[in-house]
Amino acid sequence: MSTATVNNVLEVRDLCVSYGKVEALHNANISVGEGQIVTVIGPNGAGKTTMLSAIMGVLGSRGQVNFDGSIEGVPEVERMVARGMNLVPEKRELFGEMSVEDNLVLGAFQRYRMGKRDHAQTMDEVYDIFPRLKERRTQLAGTLSGGERQMLAVGRALMAKPKLLMLDEPSLGLAPLIVREIFRIIAELRRRGVSILLVEQNARAALQVADYAYVLETGEVAMEGPAHKLADDPRVIEAYLGLGGKHQDKLAGH
Amino acid sequence: MDLQIALILGQDGITNGSIYALLALALVLVFAVTRVIFIPQGEFVAYGALTLAMMENGNVPGTIWLLILAGIAVTVLDGIAALRAGQVRRLGAIAGINLIYPLALLGVLSALPLGDLALPLQVLATLLIVVPLGPMMYRLVYQPIAEAPVLILLIVSVAAHVAMVGLGLLFFGAEGYRTPPFSEARFEVGPMMITGQTIWVVLSSLVLIVALALFFGRTLYGKALRATAINRTGARLMGISPALAGKLTFFLAALIGVLSGVLISPITTIYYDTGFLIGLKGFVGAIIGGLASYPIAAAGALLVGVLEAFSSFWASAYKEVIVFTLIIPVLLWRSLKSHHLEEEE
Repeated sequence: MSTATVNNVLEVRDLCVSYGKVEALHNANISVGEGQIVTVIGPNGAGKTTMLSAIMGVLGSRGQVNFDGSIEGVPEVERMVARGMNLVPEKRELFGEMSVEDNLVLGAFQRYRMGKRDHAQTMDEVYDIFPRLKERRTQLAGTLSGGERQMLAVGRALMAKPKLLMLDEPSLGLAPLIVREIFRIIAELRRRGVSILLVEQNARAALQVADYAYVLETGEVAMEGPAHKLADDPRVIEAYLGLGGKHQDKLAGH
Repeated sequence: MDLQIALILGQDGITNGSIYALLALALVLVFAVTRVIFIPQGEFVAYGALTLAMMENGNVPGTIWLLILAGIAVTVLDGIAALRAGQVRRLGAIAGINLIYPLALLGVLSALPLGDLALPLQVLATLLIVVPLGPMMYRLVYQPIAEAPVLILLIVSVAAHVAMVGLGLLFFGAEGYRTPPFSEARFEVGPMMITGQTIWVVLSSLVLIVALALFFGRTLYGKALRATAINRTGARLMGISPALAGKLTFFLAALIGVLSGVLISPITTIYYDTGFLIGLKGFVGAIIGGLASYPIAAAGALLVGVLEAFSSFWASAYKEVIVFTLIIPVLLWRSLKSHHLEEEE
Protein backbone atom coordinates (compact mmCIF):
# COMPACT_ATOMS: atom_id res chain seq x y z
CA MET A 1 0.00 0.00 0.00
CA SER A 2 1.28 3.44 -0.77
CA THR A 3 1.44 4.60 2.82
CA ALA A 4 3.79 7.38 1.77
CA THR A 5 1.17 9.24 -0.23
CA VAL A 6 -1.99 8.29 1.65
CA ASN A 7 -2.65 9.45 5.21
CA ASN A 8 -3.91 6.74 7.47
CA VAL A 9 -7.28 7.39 9.09
CA LEU A 10 -6.90 4.33 11.23
CA GLU A 11 -3.81 2.56 12.48
CA VAL A 12 -4.24 -0.35 14.82
CA ARG A 13 -1.13 -1.64 16.55
CA ASP A 14 -0.82 -4.89 18.49
CA LEU A 15 -4.51 -5.13 19.28
CA CYS A 16 -5.34 -8.06 21.55
CA VAL A 17 -8.74 -9.14 22.84
CA SER A 18 -9.41 -11.96 25.24
CA TYR A 19 -12.64 -13.58 26.31
CA GLY A 20 -11.54 -14.82 29.70
CA LYS A 21 -8.49 -17.00 29.04
CA VAL A 22 -9.22 -17.44 25.36
CA GLU A 23 -7.44 -14.93 23.19
CA ALA A 24 -9.74 -14.08 20.30
CA LEU A 25 -7.45 -11.57 18.66
CA HIS A 26 -3.66 -11.60 18.87
CA ASN A 27 -1.43 -8.64 18.02
CA ALA A 28 -3.47 -7.46 15.07
CA ASN A 29 -1.87 -4.69 13.03
CA ILE A 30 -3.99 -3.04 10.37
CA SER A 31 -4.35 0.37 8.86
CA VAL A 32 -6.90 2.14 6.69
CA GLY A 33 -5.82 4.95 4.38
CA GLU A 34 -7.93 7.99 3.73
CA GLY A 35 -10.58 7.40 1.07
CA GLN A 36 -9.74 3.70 0.85
CA ILE A 37 -11.76 0.56 1.21
CA VAL A 38 -9.85 -1.95 3.29
CA THR A 39 -11.31 -5.37 3.78
CA VAL A 40 -10.69 -8.03 6.37
CA ILE A 41 -11.67 -11.50 5.19
CA GLY A 42 -11.45 -14.79 6.95
CA PRO A 43 -13.47 -17.79 8.08
CA ASN A 44 -16.11 -17.90 10.81
CA GLY A 45 -14.64 -17.40 14.27
CA ALA A 46 -11.42 -15.85 13.01
CA GLY A 47 -12.00 -12.78 15.17
CA LYS A 48 -13.23 -10.34 12.53
CA THR A 49 -16.23 -9.05 14.46
CA THR A 50 -14.17 -9.06 17.65
CA MET A 51 -11.62 -6.81 15.99
CA LEU A 52 -14.22 -4.27 14.86
CA SER A 53 -15.87 -4.26 18.28
CA ALA A 54 -12.53 -3.65 19.97
CA ILE A 55 -11.60 -0.80 17.62
CA MET A 56 -14.99 0.80 18.29
CA GLY A 57 -14.68 0.34 22.04
CA VAL A 58 -17.64 -2.00 22.44
CA LEU A 59 -15.18 -4.61 23.74
CA GLY A 60 -12.24 -4.07 26.05
CA SER A 61 -8.82 -4.58 24.46
CA ARG A 62 -5.09 -4.15 24.82
CA GLY A 63 -3.01 -2.37 22.22
CA GLN A 64 -3.17 0.90 20.41
CA VAL A 65 -5.85 2.40 18.24
CA ASN A 66 -4.66 5.48 16.43
CA PHE A 67 -7.66 7.12 14.85
CA ASP A 68 -7.53 10.36 12.90
CA GLY A 69 -4.24 11.43 14.43
CA SER A 70 -4.79 10.70 18.11
CA ILE A 71 -4.20 7.56 20.08
CA GLU A 72 -6.70 5.75 22.25
CA GLY A 73 -5.50 3.12 24.69
CA VAL A 74 -8.90 1.64 25.29
CA PRO A 75 -11.42 3.35 23.01
CA GLU A 76 -14.79 4.40 24.40
CA VAL A 77 -17.77 4.07 22.08
CA GLU A 78 -19.30 7.51 22.56
CA ARG A 79 -15.95 9.24 22.11
CA MET A 80 -15.16 7.29 18.98
CA VAL A 81 -18.55 8.21 17.51
CA ALA A 82 -17.95 11.84 18.40
CA ARG A 83 -14.57 11.69 16.68
CA GLY A 84 -16.04 10.32 13.46
CA MET A 85 -15.89 6.54 13.64
CA ASN A 86 -19.00 4.53 12.98
CA LEU A 87 -19.77 0.84 13.11
CA VAL A 88 -22.58 -0.92 11.29
CA PRO A 89 -22.77 -4.13 13.31
CA GLU A 90 -23.55 -7.55 11.94
CA LYS A 91 -26.96 -7.56 13.64
CA ARG A 92 -27.81 -4.05 12.35
CA GLU A 93 -29.17 -3.07 15.80
CA LEU A 94 -31.93 -0.90 14.34
CA PHE A 95 -34.63 0.75 16.41
CA GLY A 96 -37.38 -1.57 15.21
CA GLU A 97 -40.37 0.21 16.72
CA MET A 98 -39.35 3.59 15.33
CA SER A 99 -39.83 4.96 11.83
CA VAL A 100 -37.11 4.86 9.20
CA GLU A 101 -36.79 8.62 9.44
CA ASP A 102 -36.41 8.57 13.24
CA ASN A 103 -33.73 5.89 12.91
CA LEU A 104 -31.84 8.12 10.50
CA VAL A 105 -32.20 11.24 12.65
CA LEU A 106 -30.78 9.36 15.62
CA GLY A 107 -27.72 8.58 13.54
CA ALA A 108 -26.96 12.29 13.76
CA PHE A 109 -27.42 12.39 17.56
CA GLN A 110 -23.76 12.87 18.45
CA ARG A 111 -23.36 15.64 15.86
CA TYR A 112 -26.55 17.31 17.10
CA ARG A 113 -25.21 17.15 20.66
CA MET A 114 -22.02 18.86 19.60
CA GLY A 115 -24.07 21.69 18.11
CA LYS A 116 -23.93 20.65 14.46
CA ARG A 117 -27.59 20.86 13.46
CA ASP A 118 -27.32 20.01 9.77
CA HIS A 119 -29.12 16.66 9.90
CA ALA A 120 -31.87 17.70 7.44
CA GLN A 121 -29.26 18.21 4.74
CA THR A 122 -27.38 15.01 5.60
CA MET A 123 -30.67 13.14 5.40
CA ASP A 124 -31.24 14.38 1.87
CA GLU A 125 -27.80 13.05 0.94
CA VAL A 126 -28.60 9.68 2.49
CA TYR A 127 -31.94 9.55 0.66
CA ASP A 128 -29.98 10.37 -2.47
CA ILE A 129 -27.86 7.24 -1.98
CA PHE A 130 -30.80 5.11 -0.81
CA PRO A 131 -33.95 6.29 -2.64
CA ARG A 132 -35.68 3.20 -1.23
CA LEU A 133 -35.40 4.55 2.30
CA LYS A 134 -37.10 7.76 1.25
CA GLU A 135 -40.06 5.76 -0.06
CA ARG A 136 -40.28 3.95 3.28
CA ARG A 137 -39.49 6.84 5.58
CA THR A 138 -42.67 6.66 7.65
CA GLN A 139 -42.59 2.88 7.92
CA LEU A 140 -41.36 1.21 11.11
CA ALA A 141 -37.81 -0.11 10.80
CA GLY A 142 -38.92 -3.52 12.08
CA THR A 143 -41.18 -4.00 9.04
CA LEU A 144 -38.44 -3.56 6.44
CA SER A 145 -36.99 -6.37 4.34
CA GLY A 146 -33.47 -7.64 4.98
CA GLY A 147 -31.87 -5.55 2.24
CA GLU A 148 -33.73 -2.44 3.30
CA ARG A 149 -32.64 -2.99 6.90
CA GLN A 150 -29.02 -3.15 5.81
CA MET A 151 -29.52 0.03 3.79
CA LEU A 152 -31.07 1.71 6.81
CA ALA A 153 -28.21 0.59 9.06
CA VAL A 154 -25.66 2.02 6.63
CA GLY A 155 -27.74 5.16 6.09
CA ARG A 156 -28.07 5.68 9.82
CA ALA A 157 -24.31 5.41 10.23
CA LEU A 158 -23.78 7.88 7.37
CA MET A 159 -25.97 10.42 9.20
CA ALA A 160 -23.02 10.88 11.57
CA LYS A 161 -20.86 11.93 8.58
CA PRO A 162 -18.17 9.46 9.62
CA LYS A 163 -14.53 9.74 8.63
CA LEU A 164 -14.30 5.98 8.94
CA LEU A 165 -17.20 3.63 8.37
CA MET A 166 -16.79 0.07 9.61
CA LEU A 167 -19.13 -2.48 8.05
CA ASP A 168 -19.50 -5.89 9.65
CA GLU A 169 -20.74 -8.49 7.16
CA PRO A 170 -23.03 -6.16 5.22
CA SER A 171 -23.98 -8.96 2.81
CA LEU A 172 -24.97 -11.42 5.54
CA GLY A 173 -28.32 -13.08 4.86
CA LEU A 174 -29.09 -11.06 1.75
CA ALA A 175 -30.15 -12.28 -1.67
CA PRO A 176 -27.39 -12.18 -4.35
CA LEU A 177 -28.93 -9.26 -6.23
CA ILE A 178 -29.17 -7.21 -3.06
CA VAL A 179 -25.58 -8.11 -2.16
CA ARG A 180 -24.49 -6.70 -5.50
CA GLU A 181 -26.45 -3.54 -4.77
CA ILE A 182 -24.85 -3.19 -1.33
CA PHE A 183 -21.35 -3.52 -2.80
CA ARG A 184 -22.20 -1.01 -5.50
CA ILE A 185 -23.15 1.39 -2.71
CA ILE A 186 -19.92 0.69 -0.81
CA ALA A 187 -17.94 1.66 -3.90
CA GLU A 188 -20.13 4.74 -4.27
CA LEU A 189 -19.36 5.76 -0.68
CA ARG A 190 -15.63 5.66 -1.40
CA ARG A 191 -16.25 7.93 -4.38
CA ARG A 192 -17.83 10.35 -1.89
CA GLY A 193 -14.71 10.28 0.24
CA VAL A 194 -15.67 7.94 3.10
CA SER A 195 -12.93 5.58 4.27
CA ILE A 196 -14.27 2.10 4.83
CA LEU A 197 -13.15 -0.90 6.83
CA LEU A 198 -15.12 -3.85 5.53
CA VAL A 199 -15.36 -7.21 7.23
CA GLU A 200 -16.72 -9.91 4.97
CA GLN A 201 -17.13 -13.61 4.52
CA ASN A 202 -18.04 -13.03 0.91
CA ALA A 203 -14.36 -12.77 0.01
CA ARG A 204 -14.88 -12.61 -3.73
CA ALA A 205 -17.07 -9.51 -3.62
CA ALA A 206 -15.00 -7.90 -0.88
CA LEU A 207 -11.69 -8.31 -2.74
CA GLN A 208 -13.29 -6.95 -5.88
CA VAL A 209 -14.35 -3.70 -4.27
CA ALA A 210 -11.45 -3.16 -1.84
CA ASP A 211 -8.09 -1.43 -2.30
CA TYR A 212 -6.23 -3.37 0.35
CA ALA A 213 -7.00 -6.58 2.18
CA TYR A 214 -6.09 -8.54 5.26
CA VAL A 215 -6.75 -12.22 5.84
CA LEU A 216 -7.53 -13.00 9.45
CA GLU A 217 -7.19 -16.60 10.66
CA THR A 218 -7.64 -17.81 14.23
CA GLY A 219 -7.17 -14.36 15.67
CA GLU A 220 -4.08 -13.38 13.73
CA VAL A 221 -3.40 -11.54 10.51
CA ALA A 222 -2.21 -14.33 8.22
CA MET A 223 -1.77 -12.39 4.99
CA GLU A 224 -2.11 -8.88 3.69
CA GLY A 225 -1.64 -7.02 0.47
CA PRO A 226 -3.37 -5.02 -2.23
CA ALA A 227 -6.78 -6.56 -2.83
CA HIS A 228 -6.26 -7.48 -6.48
CA LYS A 229 -2.98 -9.25 -5.64
CA LEU A 230 -4.59 -11.23 -2.84
CA ALA A 231 -7.42 -12.17 -5.17
CA ASP A 232 -4.80 -13.83 -7.40
CA ASP A 233 -2.85 -15.42 -4.56
CA PRO A 234 -3.13 -19.22 -4.81
CA ARG A 235 -3.47 -19.64 -1.04
CA VAL A 236 -6.38 -17.20 -0.91
CA ILE A 237 -7.96 -18.75 -3.98
CA GLU A 238 -7.80 -22.17 -2.43
CA ALA A 239 -9.07 -21.19 0.99
CA TYR A 240 -11.64 -18.50 0.20
CA LEU A 241 -12.35 -18.28 -3.49
CA GLY A 242 -11.59 -21.81 -4.61
CA LEU A 243 -14.95 -23.46 -4.20
CA GLY A 244 -16.80 -20.85 -6.20
CA GLY A 245 -14.06 -20.94 -8.84
CA LYS A 246 -14.24 -24.70 -9.30
CA HIS A 247 -17.97 -24.51 -9.34
CA GLN A 248 -17.86 -21.98 -12.12
CA ASP A 249 -15.31 -24.02 -13.99
CA LYS A 250 -17.65 -26.99 -13.85
CA LEU A 251 -20.50 -24.87 -15.07
CA ALA A 252 -18.36 -23.72 -17.95
CA GLY A 253 -17.77 -27.37 -18.83
CA HIS A 254 -14.01 -27.63 -18.26
CA MET B 1 -74.96 5.70 48.02
CA ASP B 2 -76.64 8.34 45.95
CA LEU B 3 -75.47 10.19 42.88
CA GLN B 4 -74.05 13.05 44.93
CA ILE B 5 -71.67 10.79 46.85
CA ALA B 6 -70.77 8.86 43.74
CA LEU B 7 -69.80 12.10 42.02
CA ILE B 8 -67.67 13.22 44.96
CA LEU B 9 -65.93 9.85 45.10
CA GLY B 10 -65.43 9.82 41.35
CA GLN B 11 -63.89 13.26 41.49
CA ASP B 12 -61.58 12.20 44.33
CA GLY B 13 -60.62 9.10 42.43
CA ILE B 14 -59.80 10.95 39.25
CA THR B 15 -57.77 13.57 41.14
CA ASN B 16 -55.64 10.96 42.89
CA GLY B 17 -55.69 8.77 39.83
CA SER B 18 -54.13 11.46 37.64
CA ILE B 19 -51.26 11.74 40.08
CA TYR B 20 -50.84 7.95 40.14
CA ALA B 21 -50.89 8.12 36.35
CA LEU B 22 -47.97 10.54 36.31
CA LEU B 23 -46.02 8.28 38.64
CA ALA B 24 -46.92 5.21 36.56
CA LEU B 25 -45.56 6.94 33.46
CA ALA B 26 -42.32 7.79 35.28
CA LEU B 27 -41.94 4.18 36.44
CA VAL B 28 -42.51 2.79 32.94
CA LEU B 29 -40.04 5.31 31.52
CA VAL B 30 -37.31 4.53 34.04
CA PHE B 31 -37.75 0.79 33.57
CA ALA B 32 -37.79 0.99 29.78
CA VAL B 33 -34.60 3.04 29.55
CA THR B 34 -32.53 1.76 32.48
CA ARG B 35 -34.26 -1.53 33.53
CA VAL B 36 -34.46 -0.09 37.06
CA ILE B 37 -37.70 -0.65 39.00
CA PHE B 38 -37.65 2.74 40.60
CA ILE B 39 -39.04 2.19 44.08
CA PRO B 40 -37.74 5.55 45.37
CA GLN B 41 -40.12 7.29 42.91
CA GLY B 42 -42.52 7.83 45.82
CA GLU B 43 -39.80 9.44 47.92
CA PHE B 44 -39.49 12.19 45.35
CA VAL B 45 -43.21 12.83 45.86
CA ALA B 46 -42.72 13.13 49.63
CA TYR B 47 -39.53 15.17 49.29
CA GLY B 48 -41.30 17.56 46.91
CA ALA B 49 -44.33 18.00 49.15
CA LEU B 50 -42.35 18.36 52.37
CA THR B 51 -39.69 20.66 50.93
CA LEU B 52 -42.53 22.95 49.86
CA ALA B 53 -44.15 22.64 53.30
CA MET B 54 -40.89 23.56 55.07
CA MET B 55 -40.48 26.61 52.92
CA GLU B 56 -44.02 27.66 53.70
CA ASN B 57 -43.08 27.49 57.38
CA GLY B 58 -40.15 29.76 56.61
CA ASN B 59 -37.38 27.16 57.04
CA VAL B 60 -34.53 26.34 54.70
CA PRO B 61 -35.44 22.76 53.74
CA GLY B 62 -33.02 20.00 54.74
CA THR B 63 -33.08 18.56 51.23
CA ILE B 64 -30.66 21.31 50.16
CA TRP B 65 -27.99 19.66 52.34
CA LEU B 66 -28.59 16.36 50.62
CA LEU B 67 -28.20 18.15 47.29
CA ILE B 68 -24.88 19.63 48.40
CA LEU B 69 -23.56 16.30 49.73
CA ALA B 70 -24.65 14.37 46.64
CA GLY B 71 -23.14 17.14 44.52
CA ILE B 72 -19.78 16.80 46.25
CA ALA B 73 -19.80 13.03 45.73
CA VAL B 74 -20.66 13.39 42.03
CA THR B 75 -17.97 16.05 41.57
CA VAL B 76 -15.34 13.78 43.08
CA LEU B 77 -16.37 10.72 41.04
CA ASP B 78 -16.84 12.53 37.73
CA GLY B 79 -13.75 14.65 38.37
CA ILE B 80 -11.54 11.61 38.84
CA ALA B 81 -13.06 9.96 35.76
CA ALA B 82 -12.45 13.10 33.68
CA LEU B 83 -8.85 13.40 34.90
CA ARG B 84 -8.17 9.75 34.09
CA ALA B 85 -9.54 10.25 30.60
CA GLY B 86 -7.38 13.36 30.26
CA GLN B 87 -10.38 15.63 29.78
CA VAL B 88 -9.30 18.45 32.07
CA ARG B 89 -11.60 20.92 30.33
CA ARG B 90 -14.67 19.04 31.56
CA LEU B 91 -13.76 19.70 35.21
CA GLY B 92 -15.22 23.20 35.14
CA ALA B 93 -18.59 22.01 33.88
CA ILE B 94 -18.67 19.15 36.39
CA ALA B 95 -17.93 21.41 39.36
CA GLY B 96 -20.28 24.09 38.08
CA ILE B 97 -23.31 21.82 37.95
CA ASN B 98 -22.63 19.63 40.95
CA LEU B 99 -20.80 21.90 43.39
CA ILE B 100 -21.35 25.57 42.64
CA TYR B 101 -25.03 25.26 41.74
CA PRO B 102 -26.12 23.67 45.06
CA LEU B 103 -24.01 26.10 47.10
CA ALA B 104 -25.36 29.09 45.17
CA LEU B 105 -28.86 27.78 45.69
CA LEU B 106 -28.21 27.48 49.43
CA GLY B 107 -26.97 31.08 49.47
CA VAL B 108 -30.06 32.36 47.66
CA LEU B 109 -32.43 30.35 49.86
CA SER B 110 -30.82 31.55 53.10
CA ALA B 111 -31.05 35.14 51.94
CA LEU B 112 -34.71 35.01 50.91
CA PRO B 113 -37.66 35.27 53.30
CA LEU B 114 -38.89 31.84 52.23
CA GLY B 115 -42.17 31.88 54.14
CA ASP B 116 -43.31 35.10 52.51
CA LEU B 117 -42.58 34.13 48.92
CA ALA B 118 -45.47 33.70 46.52
CA LEU B 119 -46.55 30.06 46.07
CA PRO B 120 -45.30 29.74 42.45
CA LEU B 121 -41.83 30.88 43.57
CA GLN B 122 -41.84 28.37 46.42
CA VAL B 123 -42.82 25.63 43.98
CA LEU B 124 -40.01 26.72 41.66
CA ALA B 125 -37.50 26.64 44.53
CA THR B 126 -38.74 23.14 45.47
CA LEU B 127 -38.14 21.96 41.91
CA LEU B 128 -34.68 23.56 41.86
CA ILE B 129 -33.70 21.74 45.05
CA VAL B 130 -35.19 18.29 44.65
CA VAL B 131 -35.19 17.56 40.90
CA PRO B 132 -31.36 17.58 40.48
CA LEU B 133 -31.26 14.82 43.10
CA GLY B 134 -32.68 12.50 40.40
CA PRO B 135 -29.73 12.58 37.98
CA MET B 136 -27.27 12.68 40.90
CA MET B 137 -28.89 9.58 42.31
CA TYR B 138 -28.49 7.84 38.96
CA ARG B 139 -24.82 8.81 38.85
CA LEU B 140 -24.08 7.65 42.40
CA VAL B 141 -26.33 4.63 42.81
CA TYR B 142 -27.17 3.12 39.43
CA GLN B 143 -24.48 4.14 36.94
CA PRO B 144 -21.75 2.00 38.53
CA ILE B 145 -23.98 -1.09 38.23
CA ALA B 146 -25.81 -0.16 35.03
CA GLU B 147 -25.05 -3.52 33.42
CA ALA B 148 -26.22 -5.56 36.41
CA PRO B 149 -29.23 -7.91 36.18
CA VAL B 150 -32.70 -6.50 36.88
CA LEU B 151 -32.88 -8.27 40.23
CA ILE B 152 -29.74 -6.55 41.54
CA LEU B 153 -31.02 -3.19 40.31
CA LEU B 154 -34.27 -3.91 42.18
CA ILE B 155 -32.44 -4.75 45.40
CA VAL B 156 -30.42 -1.54 45.11
CA SER B 157 -33.69 0.34 44.51
CA VAL B 158 -35.07 -1.03 47.78
CA ALA B 159 -31.91 0.09 49.57
CA ALA B 160 -32.12 3.56 48.02
CA HIS B 161 -35.77 3.77 49.06
CA VAL B 162 -35.02 2.84 52.67
CA ALA B 163 -32.14 5.32 52.79
CA MET B 164 -34.29 8.11 51.39
CA VAL B 165 -37.10 7.43 53.88
CA GLY B 166 -34.57 7.61 56.71
CA LEU B 167 -33.12 10.85 55.41
CA GLY B 168 -36.68 12.16 55.04
CA LEU B 169 -37.30 11.55 58.72
CA LEU B 170 -34.07 13.40 59.49
CA PHE B 171 -34.93 16.38 57.28
CA PHE B 172 -38.63 16.79 57.91
CA GLY B 173 -39.30 15.12 61.27
CA ALA B 174 -42.08 12.67 62.01
CA GLU B 175 -44.83 15.26 61.67
CA GLY B 176 -47.11 15.40 58.67
CA TYR B 177 -47.72 18.53 56.64
CA ARG B 178 -50.40 19.76 54.37
CA THR B 179 -49.80 22.76 52.14
CA PRO B 180 -52.53 25.28 51.32
CA PRO B 181 -54.38 24.66 48.03
CA PHE B 182 -53.34 26.42 44.83
CA SER B 183 -56.85 27.72 44.45
CA GLU B 184 -59.78 28.11 46.84
CA ALA B 185 -62.22 28.34 43.95
CA ARG B 186 -65.25 26.05 43.80
CA PHE B 187 -67.40 25.44 40.80
CA GLU B 188 -70.88 24.03 40.78
CA VAL B 189 -71.53 21.86 37.75
CA GLY B 190 -75.05 20.41 37.98
CA PRO B 191 -75.17 18.36 41.17
CA MET B 192 -71.41 18.30 41.43
CA MET B 193 -69.05 20.58 43.34
CA ILE B 194 -65.61 20.77 41.73
CA THR B 195 -62.77 22.27 43.76
CA GLY B 196 -60.08 24.44 42.24
CA GLN B 197 -57.39 22.03 43.42
CA THR B 198 -58.98 19.15 41.49
CA ILE B 199 -58.88 21.22 38.33
CA TRP B 200 -55.27 22.16 39.03
CA VAL B 201 -54.25 18.53 39.52
CA VAL B 202 -56.08 17.14 36.50
CA LEU B 203 -55.04 19.95 34.17
CA SER B 204 -51.39 19.91 35.29
CA SER B 205 -51.26 16.16 34.82
CA LEU B 206 -52.73 16.47 31.35
CA VAL B 207 -50.30 19.25 30.43
CA LEU B 208 -47.39 17.21 31.74
CA ILE B 209 -48.50 14.09 29.84
CA VAL B 210 -48.86 16.06 26.60
CA ALA B 211 -45.46 17.68 27.19
CA LEU B 212 -43.88 14.26 27.71
CA ALA B 213 -45.56 12.92 24.56
CA LEU B 214 -44.17 15.87 22.58
CA PHE B 215 -40.74 15.41 24.12
CA PHE B 216 -40.61 11.74 23.14
CA GLY B 217 -42.25 12.19 19.75
CA ARG B 218 -40.63 15.35 18.47
CA THR B 219 -37.26 16.10 20.09
CA LEU B 220 -34.02 14.31 19.32
CA TYR B 221 -33.23 13.78 23.02
CA GLY B 222 -36.67 12.24 23.54
CA LYS B 223 -36.12 9.96 20.56
CA ALA B 224 -32.70 9.07 21.93
CA LEU B 225 -34.31 7.87 25.17
CA ARG B 226 -36.84 5.80 23.22
CA ALA B 227 -34.02 4.39 21.11
CA THR B 228 -32.11 3.38 24.23
CA ALA B 229 -35.23 1.63 25.52
CA ILE B 230 -35.67 -0.23 22.21
CA ASN B 231 -32.06 -1.18 21.49
CA ARG B 232 -29.30 -0.37 23.94
CA THR B 233 -26.42 -1.51 21.72
CA GLY B 234 -27.79 0.34 18.72
CA ALA B 235 -28.15 3.50 20.79
CA ARG B 236 -24.57 3.26 22.07
CA LEU B 237 -23.29 2.95 18.52
CA MET B 238 -25.07 6.23 17.73
CA GLY B 239 -23.13 7.85 20.55
CA ILE B 240 -26.08 7.88 22.96
CA SER B 241 -24.30 6.84 26.14
CA PRO B 242 -26.27 4.82 28.70
CA ALA B 243 -25.08 7.26 31.38
CA LEU B 244 -26.55 10.25 29.55
CA ALA B 245 -29.82 8.40 28.91
CA GLY B 246 -29.95 7.31 32.55
CA LYS B 247 -29.39 10.79 33.94
CA LEU B 248 -31.95 12.31 31.58
CA THR B 249 -34.48 9.64 32.54
CA PHE B 250 -33.93 10.15 36.24
CA PHE B 251 -34.21 13.90 35.76
CA LEU B 252 -37.65 13.38 34.20
CA ALA B 253 -38.65 10.88 36.89
CA ALA B 254 -37.62 13.27 39.66
CA LEU B 255 -39.41 16.15 37.95
CA ILE B 256 -42.61 14.11 37.69
CA GLY B 257 -42.26 12.96 41.30
CA VAL B 258 -41.73 16.44 42.72
CA LEU B 259 -44.56 17.95 40.68
CA SER B 260 -46.85 15.15 41.86
CA GLY B 261 -45.85 15.86 45.43
CA VAL B 262 -46.51 19.56 45.07
CA LEU B 263 -49.91 18.82 43.50
CA ILE B 264 -50.99 16.20 46.05
CA SER B 265 -49.85 17.93 49.24
CA PRO B 266 -52.91 20.23 49.49
CA ILE B 267 -55.17 17.15 49.15
CA THR B 268 -53.73 14.80 51.75
CA THR B 269 -51.35 15.12 54.65
CA ILE B 270 -47.89 13.96 53.65
CA TYR B 271 -45.50 12.34 56.11
CA TYR B 272 -41.86 11.50 55.49
CA ASP B 273 -42.86 7.93 54.61
CA THR B 274 -46.11 8.58 52.72
CA GLY B 275 -44.35 8.62 49.38
CA PHE B 276 -43.87 4.87 49.27
CA LEU B 277 -47.59 4.10 49.33
CA ILE B 278 -48.34 6.74 46.70
CA GLY B 279 -45.54 5.44 44.51
CA LEU B 280 -46.79 1.88 44.98
CA LYS B 281 -50.19 2.82 43.59
CA GLY B 282 -48.47 4.32 40.57
CA PHE B 283 -46.58 1.03 40.37
CA VAL B 284 -49.83 -0.96 40.24
CA GLY B 285 -50.79 1.21 37.27
CA ALA B 286 -47.40 0.60 35.65
CA ILE B 287 -47.81 -3.16 36.16
CA ILE B 288 -51.24 -3.04 34.51
CA GLY B 289 -49.39 -1.55 31.54
CA GLY B 290 -46.86 -4.38 31.77
CA LEU B 291 -44.09 -1.84 32.58
CA ALA B 292 -44.12 -1.19 28.84
CA SER B 293 -47.26 0.55 27.61
CA TYR B 294 -47.62 4.21 28.57
CA PRO B 295 -51.34 4.64 27.75
CA ILE B 296 -52.38 1.42 29.52
CA ALA B 297 -50.24 2.34 32.54
CA ALA B 298 -51.91 5.75 32.76
CA ALA B 299 -55.38 4.26 32.37
CA GLY B 300 -54.56 1.61 34.95
CA ALA B 301 -53.40 4.24 37.42
CA LEU B 302 -56.65 6.18 36.93
CA LEU B 303 -58.55 2.97 37.62
CA VAL B 304 -56.50 2.51 40.80
CA GLY B 305 -57.43 6.03 41.92
CA VAL B 306 -61.16 5.52 41.31
CA LEU B 307 -61.15 2.08 42.90
CA GLU B 308 -59.38 3.50 45.94
CA ALA B 309 -61.94 6.30 46.31
CA PHE B 310 -64.93 3.98 46.15
CA SER B 311 -63.43 1.31 48.36
CA SER B 312 -62.62 3.94 50.98
CA PHE B 313 -66.38 4.65 51.09
CA TRP B 314 -67.61 1.06 51.21
CA ALA B 315 -64.84 -0.63 53.16
CA SER B 316 -62.44 2.01 54.31
CA ALA B 317 -60.49 -0.41 56.50
CA TYR B 318 -59.71 -2.53 53.44
CA LYS B 319 -59.02 0.33 51.08
CA GLU B 320 -55.35 -0.48 50.45
CA VAL B 321 -56.02 -4.20 50.40
CA ILE B 322 -58.60 -3.83 47.65
CA VAL B 323 -56.33 -1.59 45.59
CA PHE B 324 -53.34 -3.88 45.80
CA THR B 325 -55.42 -7.01 45.26
CA LEU B 326 -56.30 -5.55 41.87
CA ILE B 327 -52.84 -6.54 40.75
CA ILE B 328 -53.61 -10.27 41.05
CA PRO B 329 -56.34 -10.56 38.39
CA VAL B 330 -54.32 -8.20 36.20
CA LEU B 331 -51.22 -10.38 36.44
CA LEU B 332 -53.32 -13.50 35.83
CA TRP B 333 -54.90 -11.94 32.77
CA ARG B 334 -51.54 -10.76 31.46
CA SER B 335 -49.85 -14.11 31.92
CA LEU B 336 -52.73 -15.91 30.18
CA LYS B 337 -52.77 -13.44 27.33
CA SER B 338 -49.08 -13.04 26.63
CA HIS B 339 -47.29 -15.40 24.33
CA HIS B 340 -43.59 -15.55 24.99
CA LEU B 341 -42.15 -15.07 21.57
CA GLU B 342 -38.44 -15.29 21.15
CA GLU B 343 -37.04 -12.06 19.83
CA GLU B 344 -36.32 -12.17 16.15
CA GLU B 345 -32.72 -11.64 15.22
